[in-house]
Amino acid sequence: MTSLLSTEKTGSQVEESHPPGGFYRWITSVDHKVIGKNYMYTALTFMFIAGAMALLIRTQLFNPNGHVVGQQTYNELFTIHGSMMLYLFAGPFAFGGFANYIVPLQIGAPDMAFPRLNNLSYWLFLTGGSTMLLGFFTASGAAAFGWVAYAPLSSNPYSPGPGPDLWIVSIALVGFSGIFTGVNLVTTIFYLRAPGLTMFRMPLFTWSMLVTGILILVAFPVLTAALVMLYADRHFGAHFFSVQGGGVPVMWQNLFWFFGHPEVYILALPFFGIISEVVPVFARKPIFGYRGMVFATLAIAGLSTGVWAHHMFTTGTVLLPFFSALSLLIAVPTGIKVFTWIATIWGGQIRFGVPMLFAMGFIPAFVMGGITGVMLASPPIDFYTHDTYFVVAHFHQVLIATTIFAGFAGIYYWYPKITGRMLSERIGRWNFWITYLGFWVTFMPQYLLGLRGMPRRIAVYSATDGFTFLNRVSTVGAYVMAIGMALFLVNVVRSWRRPVAAEDNPWDGATLEWATSSPPPTHNFHSLPPIRSARPVWDANHPEHSDAAPVIAGGDESAH
Amino acid sequence: MTRMARAARAASVVAAGLVLASCKIPSFGAYHGNTVQGNSTYHLWQGFFIASVFVGGITFLLLGFALVRFRRRGDAIPKQVHGNTKLEVFYTVVPVLIVAVLFVFTVRVENKVDAVSNHPNLRVDVTAFQWGWKFYYPDYKVTTITQGVGAYPTLELPVGETATFRLVSNDVVHGFYLPQFDFSRYALPGVTNYFDFTPQRTASFTGRCSQLCGLYHAEMLFSVHVVTPAQFARWISNHQESQVTK
Repeated sequence: MTSLLSTEKTGSQVEESHPPGGFYRWITSVDHKVIGKNYMYTALTFMFIAGAMALLIRTQLFNPNGHVVGQQTYNELFTIHGSMMLYLFAGPFAFGGFANYIVPLQIGAPDMAFPRLNNLSYWLFLTGGSTMLLGFFTASGAAAFGWVAYAPLSSNPYSPGPGPDLWIVSIALVGFSGIFTGVNLVTTIFYLRAPGLTMFRMPLFTWSMLVTGILILVAFPVLTAALVMLYADRHFGAHFFSVQGGGVPVMWQNLFWFFGHPEVYILALPFFGIISEVVPVFARKPIFGYRGMVFATLAIAGLSTGVWAHHMFTTGTVLLPFFSALSLLIAVPTGIKVFTWIATIWGGQIRFGVPMLFAMGFIPAFVMGGITGVMLASPPIDFYTHDTYFVVAHFHQVLIATTIFAGFAGIYYWYPKITGRMLSERIGRWNFWITYLGFWVTFMPQYLLGLRGMPRRIAVYSATDGFTFLNRVSTVGAYVMAIGMALFLVNVVRSWRRPVAAEDNPWDGATLEWATSSPPPTHNFHSLPPIRSARPVWDANHPEHSDAAPVIAGGDESAH
Repeated sequence: MTRMARAARAASVVAAGLVLASCKIPSFGAYHGNTVQGNSTYHLWQGFFIASVFVGGITFLLLGFALVRFRRRGDAIPKQVHGNTKLEVFYTVVPVLIVAVLFVFTVRVENKVDAVSNHPNLRVDVTAFQWGWKFYYPDYKVTTITQGVGAYPTLELPVGETATFRLVSNDVVHGFYLPQFDFSRYALPGVTNYFDFTPQRTASFTGRCSQLCGLYHAEMLFSVHVVTPAQFARWISNHQESQVTK
């Protein structure tokens, strides 16, 4: 790698090799890199815990009338599995982990705009997450009303006990953590960009995180308000969601999904951003239609606030054509993104490093989930498939495509930057292929199960239902996925026990995070390359193929 | 003009052929929808599925081709293409047109499925509760109800007759789900939902609760029997007698 910038590495590493002591530093650090890493470790831990719950759920469904867990435990398991994956893994992993670590580096900033607030965000997230798990240790068990907590099931008198309360408090804490991170991200991106880094020179990952931050600020306060109302119903005799007191139960669904659907894109956009970073670098081309991508991201964000009632088609209380039309329409900007990624690799020189494998695996997985999403946007088809395994398959494909396949593309891509070590390509390939195989085997049968009439969230089915074979296939797939995911841990442990040092820019990356050392020094940069395009590091390393308009030589260190 | 007319005629022949052949189009895993309403949902599903195979197929082919054709062949740096406005407009406009067509068919089917008859042949009041169902036939004063876990109630319907359903919930949100009718609807506390079924063939199957409603959600089942009008009349009179003797 003929990097002009790698020469600056040695100085920084000597200075930074002795940071102040372990535990104290860990809990007090306001460095976005430390906080970002804490977020990643914590979120991935929650992911593995929730994944273990998924295995228990699948084991229960392997046989008709399964007896692995009781019905109450089963309801608790899928509730906490869903809540943990969505609130404690997918979101915090993206905007707490990746965004925290990568965004300041990509915009050439020394830190986030509000470092102390950032630290508070992390601790709210960790305490909130632990609070949710504590539900399992109460006498009445954890919350058992699904991650959507539909009122009045989630309220008095149907869900008594402290488990549901812990769930409410947990989500509220994590929600505040998300709001603070949203404020931090938006402010950082607007105010701390390096000179020359105009809005339309920002890397697409940073663009995604800006839009995600704005969506967080739109969506999360609504959820927090709804949780306060639910808590008041449970404990202070309020009647927001109870018919007896003149309340409106379906209002919970409106409030929840007004948060819930933007939330789906809060979880998806960051990972789209990762794909938009990885694909051009490994195809050795710029993104095809940068502005189109930016506008597609903005269009998704705008439309995502107007599609919430497509979760409520079967309530008979919403205007079907309006929400159907907007839900169908949101497929368009999403489709633009997919075509853009394909056009980006078109005519390229594709290198199939592990990040690219995950990124290319992401596209078919996501397209599959997206297509079935278009079907569900049609109310009559939704009447048929709503609350069945068809929906379960749909959203697992979308969410696993984004958070796992695109997420792992991001991990493998930035791991050298974050740790200064390379992950094994060989184990990485096994990690990808086994997980990918398991993914398809797990979820394709679930579409068919849904069409054959299996509702979601049922702990038992009968041997005469005809669900047994497909459930068994799906369970086997889940175990295959688990093996694939375990290989990721093997890879991390290996890089820790037998480190292979990473270069500053091992993938020939194009954006600013590749202009500093691996790992970066505390203040991120000793110097920045000139920023005259969306790919400043590419311009510096490949002057003959530079994006930037040529400049008149004279006092300019890049013009030689 | 004649060419246009010929093209139009050819298109209509093709369209007619597709309609005739629609019985031959596979079900793609779905139930045929054993009601007039559900059957139109089923045909919409077939249309969506074919459109999906088409769009998804093109996407996968393009991706697969690019992955094979543009593998790394050396260290040369490829041409740095930043975009192509015409192509970008193309792959924006075409999806808009596709979803517009899907939307038109959606609305047409939706209006059929949601239509409620002014003069139904039969009325059924459905009440959902934790964890069971009550089916009340107001015209005949007949009730069937869940008697406990495992003792499921029967929903008996005469074939070919339009029944208007009135759906409510006594406690939490439930989902009134009839897989073979390609239909479900929430039973919401505080909301009354109306919808019609016109069953097409005699059949028996299991109806379910689709929306999580608490501990025994999985066991909130009911039996659906679509029978001939004569059998239905017999069933009604049997139940009237047994309910009187009680």
